Amino acid sequence: MLALSRAALVAAIALTLAACSGGSTGDDASSLTLTDTWAKAADEGMTAAFGTVENAADRDITITAARSDAASAVELHEVVDDVMRQVDGGFTVPAGGSLALEPGGLHLMFMGIPQPIAPGDEVTVTLTLSDGSELDFTAVAKDFAGANEDYDGGMNMETGSAAASAEAEA
Amino acid sequence: MTPADNAPSRRRFLAAGAAAGAGALVGTAAGVGAERAGAIPGAPDRPDDAGVNGQRVVPFYGPHQAAVTARPGAFASFVALDLLRGIGRDRLAAWMRLITDDAARLTQGRAALADVEPELAATPAGLTVTVGFGRGFVERARGERPAWLQPLPPFSIDKLEDRWSGGDVLFIVSSDEPSTVAHALRMLLKDSRAFASVRWRQDGFRRAYGSDPSGRTMRNLFGQVDGSANLRPGTPDFDAAVLAGDDAPAWLRGGTSFVLRRIAMDLDGWDEVDRVGRENAVGRRLDTGAPLTGGRERDPVDLDAKGPGGLPVISSVAHARRARVEDPSLRIVRLAYNYEEPAPAASEALSSTGLLFGAWQADVDRQYVPIQRALDEADLLNVWTTPIGSAVFAIPPGCREGGYLGESSLGV
Repeated sequence: MLALSRAALVAAIALTLAACSGGSTGDDASSLTLTDTWAKAADEGMTAAFGTVENAADRDITITAARSDAASAVELHEVVDDVMRQVDGGFTVPAGGSLALEPGGLHLMFMGIPQPIAPGDEVTVTLTLSDGSELDFTAVAKDFAGANEDYDGGMNMETGSAAASAEAEA
Repeated sequence: MTPADNAPSRRRFLAAGAAAGAGALVGTAAGVGAERAGAIPGAPDRPDDAGVNGQRVVPFYGPHQAAVTARPGAFASFVALDLLRGIGRDRLAAWMRLITDDAARLTQGRAALADVEPELAATPAGLTVTVGFGRGFVERARGERPAWLQPLPPFSIDKLEDRWSGGDVLFIVSSDEPSTVAHALRMLLKDSRAFASVRWRQDGFRRAYGSDPSGRTMRNLFGQVDGSANLRPGTPDFDAAVLAGDDAPAWLRGGTSFVLRRIAMDLDGWDEVDRVGRENAVGRRLDTGAPLTGGRERDPVDLDAKGPGGLPVISSVAHARRARVEDPSLRIVRLAYNYEEPAPAASEALSSTGLLFGAWQADVDRQYVPIQRALDEADLLNVWTTPIGSAVFAIPPGCREGGYLGESSLGV
Protein backbone atom coordinates (compact mmCIF):
# COMPACT_ATOMS: atom_id res chain seq x y z
CA MET A 1 0.00 0.00 0.00
CA LEU A 2 2.74 2.34 1.09
CA ALA A 3 4.92 1.36 -1.86
CA LEU A 4 2.05 1.83 -4.27
CA SER A 5 1.21 5.29 -3.06
CA ARG A 6 4.84 6.31 -3.14
CA ALA A 7 5.04 5.18 -6.75
CA ALA A 8 1.89 7.10 -7.53
CA LEU A 9 3.33 10.19 -5.86
CA VAL A 10 6.53 9.99 -7.87
CA ALA A 11 4.50 9.62 -11.04
CA ALA A 12 2.37 12.58 -10.12
CA ILE A 13 5.39 14.76 -9.44
CA ALA A 14 6.93 13.76 -12.74
CA LEU A 15 3.72 14.64 -14.55
CA THR A 16 3.44 17.96 -12.75
CA LEU A 17 6.98 18.91 -13.62
CA ALA A 18 6.40 18.02 -17.23
CA ALA A 19 3.25 20.11 -17.33
CA CYS A 20 4.83 23.08 -15.58
CA SER A 21 7.93 23.30 -17.67
CA GLY A 22 6.35 22.45 -20.97
CA GLY A 23 8.70 19.49 -20.83
CA SER A 24 12.10 19.93 -19.21
CA THR A 25 13.56 19.31 -22.63
CA GLY A 26 11.63 22.24 -24.17
CA ASP A 27 13.64 25.27 -25.22
CA ASP A 28 13.31 28.66 -23.58
CA ALA A 29 10.97 29.98 -26.29
CA SER A 30 8.41 27.28 -25.60
CA SER A 31 8.36 28.21 -21.90
CA LEU A 32 7.71 31.93 -22.22
CA THR A 33 4.32 33.53 -22.89
CA LEU A 34 3.74 37.21 -23.60
CA THR A 35 0.42 38.88 -22.80
CA ASP A 36 -0.98 42.41 -22.86
CA THR A 37 1.66 43.47 -25.36
CA TRP A 38 1.54 46.98 -26.78
CA ALA A 39 3.82 49.64 -28.20
CA LYS A 40 3.73 53.39 -28.06
CA ALA A 41 2.67 54.83 -31.41
CA ALA A 42 5.21 57.28 -32.81
CA ASP A 43 5.78 59.26 -35.98
CA GLU A 44 9.55 59.14 -35.85
CA GLY A 45 12.56 58.72 -33.58
CA MET A 46 12.38 56.25 -30.73
CA THR A 47 9.56 54.38 -29.12
CA ALA A 48 9.05 51.34 -26.90
CA ALA A 49 7.10 48.12 -26.45
CA PHE A 50 5.64 46.71 -23.25
CA GLY A 51 3.82 43.68 -21.90
CA THR A 52 3.97 40.86 -19.39
CA VAL A 53 6.32 37.88 -19.83
CA GLU A 54 5.45 34.67 -18.01
CA ASN A 55 7.87 31.82 -17.52
CA ALA A 56 6.33 28.37 -17.16
CA ALA A 57 9.68 26.64 -16.78
CA ASP A 58 11.33 25.61 -13.53
CA ARG A 59 14.44 27.61 -14.39
CA ASP A 60 15.13 31.28 -14.90
CA ILE A 61 15.11 32.38 -18.51
CA THR A 62 16.90 35.46 -19.75
CA ILE A 63 15.91 37.61 -22.69
CA THR A 64 19.27 38.53 -24.13
CA ALA A 65 18.33 40.55 -27.20
CA ALA A 66 15.40 41.76 -29.29
CA ARG A 67 14.81 42.96 -32.82
CA SER A 68 11.94 44.16 -34.98
CA ASP A 69 11.36 45.10 -38.59
CA ALA A 70 9.73 48.25 -37.24
CA ALA A 71 12.97 49.50 -35.65
CA SER A 72 16.58 49.88 -36.76
CA ALA A 73 17.52 48.33 -33.40
CA VAL A 74 15.72 47.19 -30.27
CA GLU A 75 17.49 47.53 -26.91
CA LEU A 76 16.61 46.11 -23.51
CA HIS A 77 16.16 49.10 -21.24
CA GLU A 78 15.53 49.94 -17.65
CA VAL A 79 14.60 53.27 -16.09
CA VAL A 80 16.59 54.46 -13.08
CA ASP A 81 15.92 57.88 -11.55
CA ASP A 82 13.81 58.87 -14.57
CA VAL A 83 16.69 58.09 -16.89
CA MET A 84 16.60 55.02 -19.06
CA ARG A 85 19.58 52.99 -20.02
CA GLN A 86 20.50 49.67 -21.49
CA VAL A 87 20.33 46.75 -19.08
CA ASP A 88 23.45 44.69 -18.49
CA GLY A 89 22.83 40.97 -18.87
CA GLY A 90 19.35 41.13 -20.35
CA PHE A 91 15.92 40.65 -18.73
CA THR A 92 15.67 37.63 -16.47
CA VAL A 93 12.22 36.06 -16.13
CA PRO A 94 12.17 34.06 -12.89
CA ALA A 95 11.29 30.36 -12.91
CA GLY A 96 7.50 29.98 -12.67
CA GLY A 97 7.16 33.75 -12.41
CA SER A 98 6.60 36.77 -14.58
CA LEU A 99 8.26 39.99 -15.56
CA ALA A 100 6.46 43.25 -16.30
CA LEU A 101 7.69 45.43 -19.12
CA GLU A 102 6.07 48.80 -18.50
CA PRO A 103 6.52 52.55 -18.90
CA GLY A 104 8.86 53.78 -16.21
CA GLY A 105 10.38 50.31 -15.80
CA LEU A 106 11.89 47.60 -17.94
CA HIS A 107 10.95 47.97 -21.60
CA LEU A 108 11.95 47.12 -25.16
CA MET A 109 13.34 50.29 -26.68
CA PHE A 110 12.92 50.85 -30.41
CA MET A 111 16.01 52.89 -31.18
CA GLY A 112 14.91 54.27 -34.51
CA ILE A 113 11.80 53.68 -36.52
CA PRO A 114 12.13 53.78 -40.32
CA GLN A 115 8.37 54.36 -40.70
CA PRO A 116 5.70 55.87 -38.45
CA ILE A 117 3.95 53.42 -36.14
CA ALA A 118 0.31 54.51 -36.11
CA PRO A 119 -2.23 53.69 -33.39
CA GLY A 120 -3.73 50.30 -34.15
CA ASP A 121 -0.72 49.09 -36.14
CA GLU A 122 0.72 45.77 -35.08
CA VAL A 123 4.50 45.43 -34.80
CA THR A 124 6.26 42.12 -34.55
CA VAL A 125 9.19 41.74 -32.14
CA THR A 126 11.59 38.81 -31.96
CA LEU A 127 13.19 38.00 -28.61
CA THR A 128 16.43 36.05 -28.34
CA LEU A 129 16.58 33.91 -25.20
CA SER A 130 19.43 32.54 -23.08
CA ASP A 131 19.55 29.18 -24.89
CA GLY A 132 19.61 30.86 -28.26
CA SER A 133 16.00 30.07 -29.11
CA GLU A 134 13.80 32.87 -30.43
CA LEU A 135 10.26 33.97 -29.66
CA ASP A 136 8.05 36.24 -31.81
CA PHE A 137 5.21 38.33 -30.48
CA THR A 138 3.07 41.13 -31.84
CA ALA A 139 2.32 44.38 -30.02
CA VAL A 140 -0.54 46.70 -30.91
CA ALA A 141 0.39 50.37 -31.11
CA LYS A 142 -1.46 52.67 -28.72
CA ASP A 143 -1.80 56.43 -28.58
CA PHE A 144 0.18 57.02 -25.38
CA ALA A 145 1.48 60.26 -23.90
CA GLY A 146 3.81 58.81 -21.27
CA ALA A 147 7.10 56.90 -21.48
CA ASN A 148 9.08 60.08 -22.04
CA GLU A 149 12.08 59.36 -19.84
CA ASP A 150 15.38 60.81 -20.88
CA TYR A 151 17.72 58.42 -22.56
CA ASP A 152 21.18 58.11 -21.10
CA GLY A 153 22.67 56.89 -24.33
CA GLY A 154 25.10 59.73 -24.59
CA MET A 155 22.90 61.82 -26.89
CA ASN A 156 19.87 62.54 -24.71
CA MET A 157 17.52 61.50 -27.48
CA GLU A 158 13.79 61.71 -27.05
CA THR A 159 10.93 59.43 -27.93
CA GLY A 160 8.56 59.68 -30.83
CA SER A 161 5.90 62.29 -31.24
CA ALA A 162 6.01 63.42 -27.62
CA ALA A 163 9.48 64.91 -27.93
CA ALA A 164 8.37 68.34 -26.77
CA SER A 165 7.09 67.08 -23.45
CA ALA A 166 10.04 64.84 -22.77
CA GLU A 167 12.35 67.50 -21.42
CA ALA A 168 9.60 69.10 -19.36
CA GLU A 169 8.82 65.85 -17.59
CA ALA A 170 12.37 64.72 -17.05
CA MET B 1 -34.83 38.23 13.97
CA THR B 2 -36.78 37.89 17.22
CA PRO B 3 -40.49 38.59 17.44
CA ALA B 4 -39.67 41.60 19.57
CA ASP B 5 -37.58 43.00 16.72
CA ASN B 6 -40.15 42.10 14.18
CA ALA B 7 -43.11 43.91 15.64
CA PRO B 8 -41.72 47.44 15.56
CA SER B 9 -40.37 47.01 12.05
CA ARG B 10 -43.75 45.86 10.83
CA ARG B 11 -45.34 48.91 12.42
CA ARG B 12 -42.68 51.05 10.77
CA PHE B 13 -43.47 49.42 7.45
CA LEU B 14 -47.18 50.17 7.82
CA ALA B 15 -46.39 53.74 8.76
CA ALA B 16 -44.21 54.03 5.70
CA GLY B 17 -47.00 52.74 3.50
CA ALA B 18 -49.35 55.33 4.95
CA ALA B 19 -46.84 58.08 4.40
CA ALA B 20 -46.27 56.96 0.83
CA GLY B 21 -50.02 56.86 0.24
CA ALA B 22 -50.40 60.33 1.67
CA GLY B 23 -47.61 61.52 -0.56
CA ALA B 24 -49.38 60.17 -3.58
CA LEU B 25 -52.66 61.79 -2.55
CA VAL B 26 -51.28 65.27 -2.12
CA GLY B 27 -49.13 64.71 -5.16
CA THR B 28 -46.01 66.27 -3.76
CA ALA B 29 -43.79 63.40 -2.84
CA ALA B 30 -40.83 65.70 -2.30
CA GLY B 31 -42.80 67.67 0.27
CA VAL B 32 -43.14 64.70 2.58
CA GLY B 33 -39.60 63.45 2.05
CA ALA B 34 -38.37 64.65 5.42
CA GLU B 35 -41.12 62.89 7.32
CA ARG B 36 -40.76 59.70 5.29
CA ALA B 37 -37.04 59.32 5.68
CA GLY B 38 -37.09 57.94 9.20
CA ALA B 39 -40.19 55.84 8.66
CA ILE B 40 -39.02 53.58 5.83
CA PRO B 41 -37.55 50.22 6.79
CA GLY B 42 -33.92 50.11 5.85
CA ALA B 43 -33.74 53.85 5.44
CA PRO B 44 -31.36 54.55 8.36
CA ASP B 45 -27.89 55.28 7.07
CA ARG B 46 -26.16 51.92 7.25
CA PRO B 47 -22.68 51.49 5.80
CA ASP B 48 -22.55 49.33 2.70
CA ASP B 49 -19.54 47.17 3.50
CA ALA B 50 -19.72 45.09 0.34
CA GLY B 51 -20.08 47.46 -2.62
CA VAL B 52 -21.44 44.46 -4.47
CA ASN B 53 -22.88 46.34 -7.41
CA GLY B 54 -19.50 47.86 -8.20
CA GLN B 55 -18.24 44.41 -9.15
CA ARG B 56 -21.22 43.61 -11.37
CA VAL B 57 -20.00 42.52 -14.81
CA VAL B 58 -22.04 42.31 -18.00
CA PRO B 59 -20.53 39.77 -20.44
CA PHE B 60 -18.96 41.52 -23.42
CA TYR B 61 -18.83 38.81 -26.06
CA GLY B 62 -22.06 37.56 -27.58
CA PRO B 63 -24.31 37.63 -30.63
CA HIS B 64 -25.54 41.16 -29.82
CA GLN B 65 -23.76 44.11 -28.28
CA ALA B 66 -24.47 43.77 -24.59
CA ALA B 67 -26.34 47.02 -23.99
CA VAL B 68 -29.09 46.06 -26.41
CA THR B 69 -30.46 43.56 -23.91
CA ALA B 70 -28.78 44.56 -20.62
CA ARG B 71 -30.43 46.54 -17.85
CA PRO B 72 -29.54 50.16 -18.59
CA GLY B 73 -26.92 51.65 -16.29
CA ALA B 74 -27.82 54.61 -14.11
CA PHE B 75 -25.51 56.84 -16.13
CA ALA B 76 -24.76 56.95 -19.83
CA SER B 77 -22.61 59.02 -22.13
CA PHE B 78 -23.52 59.13 -25.79
CA VAL B 79 -20.65 60.36 -27.95
CA ALA B 80 -20.69 60.87 -31.71
CA LEU B 81 -17.46 61.14 -33.69
CA ASP B 82 -16.63 62.29 -37.21
CA LEU B 83 -13.98 60.41 -39.16
CA LEU B 84 -10.80 62.29 -39.96
CA ARG B 85 -9.93 62.77 -43.59
CA GLY B 86 -7.81 60.04 -45.10
CA ILE B 87 -8.93 57.29 -42.74
CA GLY B 88 -9.59 54.36 -45.07
CA ARG B 89 -11.07 50.94 -44.62
CA ASP B 90 -7.87 49.36 -43.20
CA ARG B 91 -7.56 52.07 -40.59
CA LEU B 92 -11.22 51.68 -39.62
CA ALA B 93 -10.52 48.03 -38.86
CA ALA B 94 -7.44 48.97 -36.80
CA TRP B 95 -9.56 51.47 -34.85
CA MET B 96 -12.34 49.00 -34.19
CA ARG B 97 -9.80 46.43 -32.95
CA LEU B 98 -8.46 48.95 -30.47
CA ILE B 99 -11.95 49.93 -29.31
CA THR B 100 -13.07 46.31 -29.02
CA ASP B 101 -10.01 45.44 -26.93
CA ASP B 102 -10.66 48.39 -24.61
CA ALA B 103 -14.32 47.46 -24.26
CA ALA B 104 -13.63 43.76 -23.70
CA ARG B 105 -11.23 44.55 -20.86
CA LEU B 106 -12.96 47.49 -19.21
CA THR B 107 -16.42 45.92 -19.12
CA GLN B 108 -14.92 42.96 -17.26
CA GLY B 109 -13.31 45.22 -14.65
CA ARG B 110 -9.80 44.99 -16.13
CA ALA B 111 -7.56 47.85 -17.10
CA ALA B 112 -7.26 48.62 -20.79
CA LEU B 113 -3.87 48.24 -22.47
CA ALA B 114 -1.79 51.36 -21.72
CA ASP B 115 -4.35 52.38 -19.08
CA VAL B 116 -2.67 54.91 -16.82
CA GLU B 117 -5.54 54.87 -14.30
CA PRO B 118 -6.03 51.11 -13.95
CA GLU B 119 -7.68 51.47 -10.52
CA LEU B 120 -10.60 53.25 -12.18
CA ALA B 121 -11.28 50.13 -14.23
CA ALA B 122 -11.79 47.95 -11.16
CA THR B 123 -15.39 49.02 -10.51
CA PRO B 124 -17.33 48.20 -13.67
CA ALA B 125 -20.77 48.41 -11.99
CA GLY B 126 -22.41 46.85 -15.04
CA LEU B 127 -20.33 48.82 -17.57
CA THR B 128 -21.34 48.35 -21.19
CA VAL B 129 -19.70 49.85 -24.27
CA THR B 130 -21.73 50.00 -27.47
CA VAL B 131 -20.46 51.03 -30.90
CA GLY B 132 -22.69 52.34 -33.69
CA PHE B 133 -21.99 53.29 -37.28
CA GLY B 134 -23.42 56.35 -39.00
CA ARG B 135 -23.83 56.69 -42.70
CA GLY B 136 -20.36 58.21 -43.06
CA PHE B 137 -18.70 55.18 -41.50
CA VAL B 138 -20.53 52.66 -43.66
CA GLU B 139 -19.66 54.62 -46.80
CA ARG B 140 -16.00 54.86 -45.76
CA ALA B 141 -16.03 51.12 -45.02
CA ARG B 142 -17.58 50.55 -48.45
CA GLY B 143 -20.28 48.47 -46.80
CA GLU B 144 -23.85 48.03 -47.95
CA ARG B 145 -25.87 50.88 -46.43
CA PRO B 146 -29.28 50.06 -44.96
CA ALA B 147 -31.82 52.36 -46.66
CA TRP B 148 -32.75 53.91 -43.29
CA LEU B 149 -29.17 54.87 -42.37
CA GLN B 150 -29.55 58.59 -43.01
CA PRO B 151 -31.01 61.57 -41.15
CA LEU B 152 -34.67 61.15 -40.20
CA PRO B 153 -37.12 62.99 -42.45
CA PRO B 154 -37.88 66.49 -41.17
CA PHE B 155 -40.77 66.86 -38.72
CA SER B 156 -42.70 70.06 -38.07
CA ILE B 157 -41.95 69.92 -34.34
CA ASP B 158 -38.18 69.72 -34.89
CA LYS B 159 -35.82 72.54 -34.04
CA LEU B 160 -32.68 70.54 -34.65
CA GLU B 161 -29.25 71.89 -33.87
CA ASP B 162 -26.13 70.61 -35.62
CA ARG B 163 -24.30 70.37 -32.29
CA TRP B 164 -26.59 67.55 -31.19
CA SER B 165 -27.12 65.85 -34.54
CA GLY B 166 -25.45 63.43 -36.94
CA GLY B 167 -22.09 61.69 -36.60
CA ASP B 168 -20.10 58.93 -38.30
CA VAL B 169 -19.61 56.75 -35.21
CA LEU B 170 -21.45 56.44 -31.91
CA PHE B 171 -20.16 55.25 -28.55
CA ILE B 172 -22.64 54.52 -25.76
CA VAL B 173 -20.89 54.03 -22.43
CA SER B 174 -23.17 53.10 -19.57
CA SER B 175 -22.65 52.05 -15.95
CA ASP B 176 -24.15 52.51 -12.51
CA GLU B 177 -20.90 54.27 -11.54
CA PRO B 178 -20.24 57.67 -13.15
CA SER B 179 -16.46 57.70 -12.60
CA THR B 180 -16.35 54.36 -14.42
CA VAL B 181 -18.19 55.92 -17.36
CA ALA B 182 -15.74 58.82 -17.38
CA HIS B 183 -12.68 56.56 -17.33
CA ALA B 184 -13.95 54.12 -19.95
CA LEU B 185 -14.94 56.96 -22.24
CA ARG B 186 -11.55 58.63 -21.84
CA MET B 187 -9.80 55.38 -22.78
CA LEU B 188 -12.03 55.00 -25.85
CA LEU B 189 -11.47 58.58 -26.93
CA LYS B 190 -7.68 58.38 -26.48
CA ASP B 191 -7.75 55.35 -28.76
CA SER B 192 -9.96 57.25 -31.22
CA ARG B 193 -8.21 60.55 -31.69
CA ALA B 194 -5.94 59.26 -34.44
CA PHE B 195 -9.06 58.29 -36.41
CA ALA B 196 -11.90 60.67 -35.55
CA SER B 197 -12.86 63.81 -33.68
CA VAL B 198 -15.67 64.22 -31.18
CA ARG B 199 -18.73 65.76 -32.80
CA TRP B 200 -21.01 65.86 -29.76
CA ARG B 201 -21.35 64.32 -26.37
CA GLN B 202 -24.59 63.92 -24.43
CA ASP B 203 -24.64 62.71 -20.85
CA GLY B 204 -27.74 61.35 -19.15
CA PHE B 205 -28.89 59.83 -15.91
CA ARG B 206 -31.63 57.63 -14.55
CA ARG B 207 -32.33 56.65 -10.95
CA ALA B 208 -29.11 55.76 -9.14
CA TYR B 209 -28.58 52.09 -8.40
CA GLY B 210 -30.10 51.18 -5.05
CA SER B 211 -32.64 54.02 -5.03
CA ASP B 212 -35.37 51.89 -6.59
CA PRO B 213 -35.98 48.16 -6.73
CA SER B 214 -34.25 46.73 -9.82
CA GLY B 215 -36.47 46.74 -12.88
CA ARG B 216 -38.68 49.65 -11.87
CA THR B 217 -39.46 51.93 -14.81
CA MET B 218 -37.54 55.21 -14.70
CA ARG B 219 -39.11 58.63 -14.34
CA ASN B 220 -38.32 61.55 -16.60
CA LEU B 221 -37.98 65.10 -15.29
CA PHE B 222 -41.65 65.84 -15.99
CA GLY B 223 -42.18 63.32 -13.19
CA GLN B 224 -43.68 60.76 -15.55
CA VAL B 225 -43.06 57.05 -15.40
CA ASP B 226 -41.22 56.66 -18.71
CA GLY B 227 -41.06 53.48 -20.79
CA SER B 228 -43.82 51.30 -19.27
CA ALA B 229 -44.77 49.71 -22.57
CA ASN B 230 -41.24 48.56 -23.46
CA LEU B 231 -40.86 45.02 -24.75
CA ARG B 232 -38.81 42.78 -22.44
CA PRO B 233 -35.41 41.46 -23.60
CA GLY B 234 -35.37 37.70 -24.06
CA THR B 235 -38.88 37.55 -25.50
CA PRO B 236 -39.72 36.70 -29.11
CA ASP B 237 -41.50 40.06 -29.46
CA PHE B 238 -38.34 41.89 -28.39
CA ASP B 239 -36.17 39.96 -30.84
CA ALA B 240 -38.62 40.56 -33.68
CA ALA B 241 -38.78 44.28 -33.01
CA VAL B 242 -35.12 44.92 -32.31
CA LEU B 243 -32.80 42.50 -34.10
CA ALA B 244 -31.94 43.11 -37.74
CA GLY B 245 -33.04 40.14 -39.80
CA ASP B 246 -32.66 38.77 -43.30
CA ASP B 247 -33.88 41.98 -44.95
CA ALA B 248 -30.90 43.87 -43.51
CA PRO B 249 -27.43 43.94 -45.13
CA ALA B 250 -25.60 40.75 -44.19
CA TRP B 251 -23.07 42.57 -42.00
CA LEU B 252 -25.83 43.99 -39.80
CA ARG B 253 -27.79 40.81 -39.10
CA GLY B 254 -28.03 40.19 -35.38
CA GLY B 255 -27.38 43.88 -34.85
CA THR B 256 -29.97 46.62 -34.69
CA SER B 257 -30.34 50.37 -35.14
CA PHE B 258 -30.31 53.22 -32.68
CA VAL B 259 -32.00 56.60 -32.95
CA LEU B 260 -31.04 59.28 -30.46
CA ARG B 261 -33.25 62.32 -30.17
CA ARG B 262 -32.42 65.14 -27.78
CA ILE B 263 -35.75 66.39 -26.56
CA ALA B 264 -35.81 69.70 -24.69
CA MET B 265 -38.49 69.83 -22.00
CA ASP B 266 -40.09 73.16 -21.06
CA LEU B 267 -40.25 72.73 -17.31
CA ASP B 268 -41.37 76.33 -16.79
CA GLY B 269 -44.34 75.79 -19.10
CA TRP B 270 -45.03 72.40 -17.52
CA ASP B 271 -45.17 74.13 -14.11
CA GLU B 272 -48.36 75.84 -15.28
CA VAL B 273 -50.14 72.56 -15.91
CA ASP B 274 -52.13 70.99 -13.07
CA ARG B 275 -52.06 67.32 -12.24
CA VAL B 276 -55.16 66.42 -14.23
CA GLY B 277 -53.80 68.18 -17.29
CA ARG B 278 -50.46 66.45 -16.93
CA GLU B 279 -52.07 63.02 -16.71
CA ASN B 280 -54.34 63.71 -19.67
CA ALA B 281 -51.39 64.79 -21.81
CA VAL B 282 -49.99 61.29 -21.59
CA GLY B 283 -53.03 59.17 -20.69
CA ARG B 284 -51.32 57.66 -17.66
CA ARG B 285 -51.39 58.27 -13.93
CA LEU B 286 -48.42 60.17 -12.60
CA ASP B 287 -48.09 58.18 -9.39
CA THR B 288 -48.05 54.64 -10.74
CA GLY B 289 -47.73 55.10 -14.48
CA ALA B 290 -50.89 53.00 -14.92
CA PRO B 291 -53.22 53.82 -17.81
CA LEU B 292 -55.99 56.30 -16.93
CA THR B 293 -58.34 53.50 -17.95
CA GLY B 294 -57.21 51.50 -14.92
CA GLY B 295 -55.12 48.48 -14.14
CA ARG B 296 -51.43 48.40 -13.41
CA GLU B 297 -48.46 50.11 -14.99
CA ARG B 298 -47.76 47.47 -17.61
CA ASP B 299 -51.40 46.77 -18.51
CA PRO B 300 -52.46 47.90 -21.99
CA VAL B 301 -54.08 51.30 -22.37
CA ASP B 302 -57.81 50.87 -23.25
CA LEU B 303 -58.19 53.34 -26.09
CA ASP B 304 -61.92 52.57 -26.47
CA ALA B 305 -62.91 53.33 -22.86
CA LYS B 306 -65.45 56.15 -22.53
CA GLY B 307 -65.90 58.44 -19.54
CA PRO B 308 -69.21 59.48 -17.92
CA GLY B 309 -69.85 62.15 -20.57
CA GLY B 310 -69.26 59.73 -23.42
CA LEU B 311 -65.85 61.17 -24.21
CA PRO B 312 -62.84 58.86 -24.51
CA VAL B 313 -60.94 58.47 -21.24
CA ILE B 314 -57.68 58.65 -23.20
CA SER B 315 -57.73 61.91 -25.14
CA SER B 316 -57.58 61.68 -28.93
CA VAL B 317 -54.29 63.56 -28.75
CA ALA B 318 -52.82 61.93 -25.63
CA HIS B 319 -49.25 60.70 -26.03
CA ALA B 320 -50.13 57.11 -25.09
CA ARG B 321 -52.77 56.98 -27.87
CA ARG B 322 -50.66 58.66 -30.53
CA ALA B 323 -47.59 56.52 -29.79
CA ARG B 324 -49.52 53.26 -29.63
CA VAL B 325 -48.45 50.51 -32.03
CA GLU B 326 -50.56 47.35 -32.07
CA ASP B 327 -48.16 45.03 -33.89
CA PRO B 328 -45.32 44.21 -31.45
CA SER B 329 -42.89 43.69 -34.33
CA LEU B 330 -43.41 47.34 -35.35
CA ARG B 331 -42.71 48.75 -31.91
CA ILE B 332 -39.51 50.43 -30.80
CA VAL B 333 -37.66 49.76 -27.54
CA ARG B 334 -36.88 52.96 -25.69
CA LEU B 335 -33.63 53.68 -23.90
CA ALA B 336 -34.22 57.05 -22.27
CA TYR B 337 -31.95 59.13 -20.03
CA ASN B 338 -32.63 62.45 -18.36
CA TYR B 339 -30.33 65.37 -18.90
CA GLU B 340 -30.06 68.63 -17.04
CA GLU B 341 -27.56 71.36 -17.67
CA PRO B 342 -27.26 75.06 -16.88
CA ALA B 343 -29.52 77.31 -18.90
CA PRO B 344 -27.87 79.41 -21.61
CA ALA B 345 -26.41 82.64 -20.23
CA ALA B 346 -29.03 84.91 -21.74
CA SER B 347 -31.99 82.70 -20.88
CA GLU B 348 -34.49 83.24 -18.11
CA ALA B 349 -35.06 79.49 -17.86
CA LEU B 350 -33.79 77.87 -14.67
CA SER B 351 -32.12 75.04 -16.57
CA SER B 352 -31.73 73.26 -19.89
CA THR B 353 -33.58 70.08 -19.14
CA GLY B 354 -34.80 67.25 -21.26
CA LEU B 355 -34.70 63.66 -22.31
CA LEU B 356 -32.14 61.76 -24.33
CA PHE B 357 -34.68 59.65 -26.14
CA GLY B 358 -32.97 56.59 -27.52
CA ALA B 359 -34.72 53.85 -29.44
CA TRP B 360 -33.62 50.40 -30.61
CA GLN B 361 -35.42 48.95 -33.61
CA ALA B 362 -34.64 46.55 -36.44
CA ASP B 363 -35.62 49.06 -39.13
CA VAL B 364 -35.83 52.82 -38.58
CA ASP B 365 -38.06 53.50 -41.58
CA ARG B 366 -40.48 50.71 -40.77
CA GLN B 367 -40.72 51.27 -37.02
CA TYR B 368 -39.41 54.60 -35.78
CA VAL B 369 -40.47 56.98 -38.53
CA PRO B 370 -44.20 56.06 -38.53
CA ILE B 371 -44.40 56.60 -34.76
CA GLN B 372 -42.56 59.91 -34.99
CA ARG B 373 -44.87 60.94 -37.83
CA ALA B 374 -47.97 60.19 -35.73
CA LEU B 375 -46.56 62.19 -32.83
CA ASP B 376 -45.62 65.02 -35.17
CA GLU B 377 -49.20 65.24 -36.39
CA ALA B 378 -50.70 65.36 -32.91
CA ASP B 379 -49.41 64.77 -29.40
CA LEU B 380 -50.32 66.92 -26.41
CA LEU B 381 -46.78 66.53 -25.10
CA ASN B 382 -45.52 68.51 -28.11
CA VAL B 383 -46.67 71.65 -26.28
CA TRP B 384 -43.85 71.20 -23.78
CA THR B 385 -41.28 69.17 -25.70
CA THR B 386 -39.02 70.10 -28.63
CA PRO B 387 -36.62 67.79 -30.46
CA ILE B 388 -33.32 69.70 -30.73
CA GLY B 389 -30.99 66.86 -31.74
CA SER B 390 -31.31 63.80 -33.95
CA ALA B 391 -28.96 61.04 -35.04
CA VAL B 392 -29.33 57.58 -36.59
CA PHE B 393 -26.83 54.73 -36.28
CA ALA B 394 -26.54 51.11 -37.32
CA ILE B 395 -25.53 48.95 -34.35
CA PRO B 396 -23.41 46.05 -35.65
CA PRO B 397 -23.80 42.67 -33.98
CA GLY B 398 -21.62 41.63 -31.06
CA CYS B 399 -18.38 39.74 -31.51
CA ARG B 400 -16.63 36.60 -30.38
CA GLU B 401 -13.37 36.49 -28.47
CA GLY B 402 -10.61 37.18 -30.96
CA GLY B 403 -12.97 39.13 -33.22
CA TYR B 404 -13.87 42.81 -33.18
CA LEU B 405 -16.94 45.00 -33.42
CA GLY B 406 -17.70 45.83 -37.03
CA GLU B 407 -15.71 42.88 -38.34
CA SER B 408 -18.70 41.77 -40.39
CA SER B 409 -18.51 45.02 -42.36
CA LEU B 410 -14.74 45.52 -42.34
CA GLY B 411 -13.29 42.02 -42.37
CA VAL B 412 -11.92 40.64 -45.67
